[in-house]
Amino acid sequence: MSSLPKYRQQTRGEIQVWLCAAGLACGLLMIGGLLLLILANGATVFWPKPITECTVRAQDGTESKISGEVVKTQLRRTAEGGTKTEIQLFTGNKDAYGLGFRFIDRESITSETQPEDLILAERMEYGDAIFRPVQLKRKDGSTLPATDPRFHQTLQDLVREGNHLRDRILSLEKGRIGKINARIKATELRIKELQTDGKPQAATEISRLRNRITAEQKKFDGLIQESRQLRAQLDDAELVCRLSSGEERTVKTGNIVFFFEPNRLSLGQKIWVFLRRVTEFATSEPREANTEGGIFPAIFGTFVMTILLALLVTPFGVIAAIYLREYASQGLLVRVVRICVNNLAGVPSIVFGVFGLGFFVYGMGSFIDGGAKVPLPPVWWLAAAIGFIVCLTVSLLLAVQSPTPGGESARPRGFASRLKPLVATLAVALGVVTLFQCPYFHGFFSSSLPTPTFGTGGILWASLTLALMTLPVVIVATEEALAAVPRGVREAALACGASKWQTIQRVVLPSALPGVMTGVILAMARGAGEVAPLMITGVVKLAPSLPLDLDAPYIHAERKFMHLGFHIYDLGFQSPDSEAAKPMVFATTLLLILLVVVLNLAAISLRTHLRRKYQASAF
Amino acid sequence: MPPEPATPASPTTDFSAQGEPLNPAFIEVDHFHFWYGAKQAIQDINMEIPERQITAFIGPSGCGKTTLLRNLNRLNDLIENIRHEGDIRIDGQSLYDPSVEVISLRKRVGMVFQKYNPFPKTIYENVVFSLRVAGRNAKAELDEVVERSLRGAALWDEVKDKLHESAYGLSGGQQQRLCIARAIANRPQILLMDEPCAALDPVATLKIEALMTQLKEEFTIVIVTHNMQQAARVSDRTAYFFMGRLIEYGPTLQLLSKPREKATQDYISGRYG
Ligand SMILES: Nc1ncnc2c1ncn2[C@@H]1O[C@H](COP(=O)(O)OP(=O)(O)OP(=O)(O)O)[C@@H](O)[C@H]1O
Ligand SMILES: [Mg+2]
Repeated sequence: MSSLPKYRQQTRGEIQVWLCAAGLACGLLMIGGLLLLILANGATVFWPKPITECTVRAQDGTESKISGEVVKTQLRRTAEGGTKTEIQLFTGNKDAYGLGFRFIDRESITSETQPEDLILAERMEYGDAIFRPVQLKRKDGSTLPATDPRFHQTLQDLVREGNHLRDRILSLEKGRIGKINARIKATELRIKELQTDGKPQAATEISRLRNRITAEQKKFDGLIQESRQLRAQLDDAELVCRLSSGEERTVKTGNIVFFFEPNRLSLGQKIWVFLRRVTEFATSEPREANTEGGIFPAIFGTFVMTILLALLVTPFGVIAAIYLREYASQGLLVRVVRICVNNLAGVPSIVFGVFGLGFFVYGMGSFIDGGAKVPLPPVWWLAAAIGFIVCLTVSLLLAVQSPTPGGESARPRGFASRLKPLVATLAVALGVVTLFQCPYFHGFFSSSLPTPTFGTGGILWASLTLALMTLPVVIVATEEALAAVPRGVREAALACGASKWQTIQRVVLPSALPGVMTGVILAMARGAGEVAPLMITGVVKLAPSLPLDLDAPYIHAERKFMHLGFHIYDLGFQSPDSEAAKPMVFATTLLLILLVVVLNLAAISLRTHLRRKYQASAF
Repeated sequence: MPPEPATPASPTTDFSAQGEPLNPAFIEVDHFHFWYGAKQAIQDINMEIPERQITAFIGPSGCGKTTLLRNLNRLNDLIENIRHEGDIRIDGQSLYDPSVEVISLRKRVGMVFQKYNPFPKTIYENVVFSLRVAGRNAKAELDEVVERSLRGAALWDEVKDKLHESAYGLSGGQQQRLCIARAIANRPQILLMDEPCAALDPVATLKIEALMTQLKEEFTIVIVTHNMQQAARVSDRTAYFFMGRLIEYGPTLQLLSKPREKATQDYISGRYG
C-alpha cells in the first residue's frame, strides 16, 4: 500500500506527456500529409504512364476507339440517383478532339488493350499527341513507311534536328536580333534627346545617327530573313499518323519536341524519360499559356527576388535592431516602437503590396524616371536645402556632444537632449523634400517617357516591398540575439578601452550573428512564398527576359519577372484548361518548396559555420 | 619589460621583503559615496592605494568591494540611475573631471572579472583586442604583444600551438589566464582583479597568484578576494569593508594578525555571519 501513491503520481505525469506528444503528432501529420501529397503528385507528373486503348460503345450501339493515360477512376451520380464508375482519360490530341481529357463510363467500355506501337509525342503546339505512325513525308515527295526498319531512327534524327533548329532560331532572335533592336532603340532615344535640346550642332549628329539606324535596320532585316529561312526548314518533313479513332493527321516533325512509345519502355527507359522531362521542366521556358514546357524563368525570378530581398532586409533590420536595443534609452517611446514593429508582422501582405505600388513604383519609380512631378520653386527649394544642411549639422553635433559612448550614463541634459529627436526628424523631412522636389533633376530615363522604366512594377520594387514586409522578423530576431549576448563580454570589451560602437561591431555583433541569420532565414522563407504583394509590384505571367543576363548592365532591376508562387496561382486558377494545368501546379509547388528548402539549407549551413566560429560555449 | 618568466616567483607572505612603493598615494579615494538608484552602496570611503603594490579588498558579500573596484575604471557608468559624491584620483588626476576621456582612462586601467569572459574570437584576437580597438594593427607588434602577454599570464607554453583556435576551447583556468593576458596586453598602469580565482582550482589559483606577485613589478594591482589566505599570500596592503564602509586598512600582515577593529577581527576569524 505504501508504494501505491508513488506509482500513481508517475502515471499521472504520463498523461500530460501523451497529450504533448499527441499535439506534436497532429501537427507533424498535417505538415507531413501536405508534403506527401505535393511530393506524390508533383514527382509522378513526369513518370511515363502506360497508354490504354479503349473500345467504347456509344448509346446507339456504334463502337469507337480512343486511347490515353488513365488519370483516375471515380464515382459519378447519375440523374436517376444511382452511381456509375467513370474513368478520366488523358487523350492528348487537343487539336483533333478539342479537349485533352475525357470522362468515360466504365460500363460503356467493351475492351481495353495496351498496344505497343502507340507513340506519345510532346509538341510545341497543342500539347501532347498520342497516335500510331503511318509514314514520313519529305518536302521532295519521298516517303518512308512506318514499317520500314529505318523509320524509328529517321524520326528520331528529324526531331533532334528540329530541336537544334529551334535552339538556333531562339538564340538568333533573343541574342543578335535583340541586341540590334536595343541599339536601334537607344539611338532613337538619343535622337529624341538631341531634338529636344535644340543645339545648332545637333543636326549633323542627328543625321549621323539616322544613318547608323539605317545601317542597323539593314542588318536587322538580314537577320530576320535568316530566321525565317530557319523556320521554313522546320517544315521540311512531316509525319503522317493515325489516331485511335481512325482519323489521319499530319504533324510537322519540327513541331515535335520529344517522343517515345510508352507501352514499350523498359524500367531504364522509363527513368530516362522521367529525367528528361524533369530537366526540361526545370530548365526550359513555358509554352502555350504556361501549361506546357518548363518554368525556368519562374525559378530564376523567385531565386533572384529572394536573394535581393535578403540583401535588402538584412542591413535595414540589423541597423534598426542595433539602435533599438543598444543605443535608444529604453523608455516608453522605444516600447511603443517595438510594439509597432511587432504588429507590422501582422499586417496583411496585400497592404504592403499596395504601399509598395504607391510609394516605390509610383513615387520613387516615377521620380527616377522623370524627376519630381511637382517641383518646388527654386527659391523654396534652396531654402529647404539650406534648412536640411543646417538641421543635419546641428543634429550631428548634438549626437557627438551627447555622453561619450560607454561613458557616464545618459543623464537628461534638459533642453538640448529634448531638441535632438526634433532636429533629427526635421533634418530627415527636409532631406526628403530637398531630394524629391528638386526642380533641377529631370530623371534618368526622361527621354523614354511616357513609357516608364522604373515607374512600373519590377523586381527591385517587389523585393523592396517584401523586404519591408519581412523587416519585423529580422528586427525581432536580431534584438533577441543582441539581448542574449552575455553582459560579461560587453563589459570586458569596454574595460579594454573599446568604444561602444567598437564593442558592438567587434564583440556583440559576431556573437549575435547566428541569431540574425535565423531571422534572415525566416524572412527569406516568408518572402519566397509570398504572392499577393508581388502581383501588383512586378510579377507577370510571362516575362520576356530574365532580371539577370549577359547584356550590360547585367542586373536589370527594373524588369518584370516571373515567380513560382504566382505561376501556381496563374496555372491553377487563370488557365483555360485547368485539367491540363493540374499536374503542372503540383510540379511547380514541389519546385517552389524545393527552392525554399535549398535557400534555407544554404543559410542554415552558413549559420552553423558562423556558430562554430563564434561559438559561445557554456560557461 | 619583464625578463622571460622562466620560473614563477614563489608566493610570499613576507611583507618586509617587498620594495617600497614608488608613489604611496597613486590612487586616492576621497570621501567617496555611491548610489544605485536610491540604494547607497558605498559610504564615505577614504583611502590611498600605493603604486606597484598589491592591495586586497576583503569583506562580506554585498559590502561594496566590486562597486568600488568598478568605479576605478568607471565601468559603473553603464548602469542606469547611478550617482556618486566625492572624488577618485589616479596620479593626481580626477576620474570625474569633464576633460577625462573614459576610453583612454580604461586603457590605463585594465580589469579582470570574477567570471572569465573571453571574447568569441581566437586566442590571438582575444589578447590583441585592446590594441586593435586602439587602431594598432601592425603584425609584428601584435605578435610580440601576444607572446609577451601570454608569457606574462603563464599561458604561453600551453597555447602557443593553437593561437588561432577559439578561446572557448580552453579550460576555465586557462580562460581566466587568457583574460589576464588580455588585460595586460596594452600595458595598463593599474590592474583591477575582481575575485580572479573564484572559479579556479587550487593549482590554477596558485599559478595566478604567482603571476600577480610577478606582475606587480610593473602594475599597480587591486584585487578583491574572499579568501583570507590568498590576501595574506599575495597582497601588500589589505582593506576590510563592511556595509559599504571602509572599516580598516593597512599592511596585510598587520591587518590579518593584529587588527585594530573588533569587526575585522571577527570577520578574519570566521565569526562573522
Ligand atoms: N547594478 C546594481 N544595481 C543595484 N544595486 C546593485 C547593483 N550592483 C550591486 N548592487 C548592490 O550594491 C551593494 C554592493 O554590491 P557589490 O557588488 O559591490 O558587493 P560585493 O562586495 O562585490 O559583493 P560580493 O562579494 O558578493 O561580490 C549590494 O548590496 C548590491 O545589492
Ligand atoms: Mg563582487
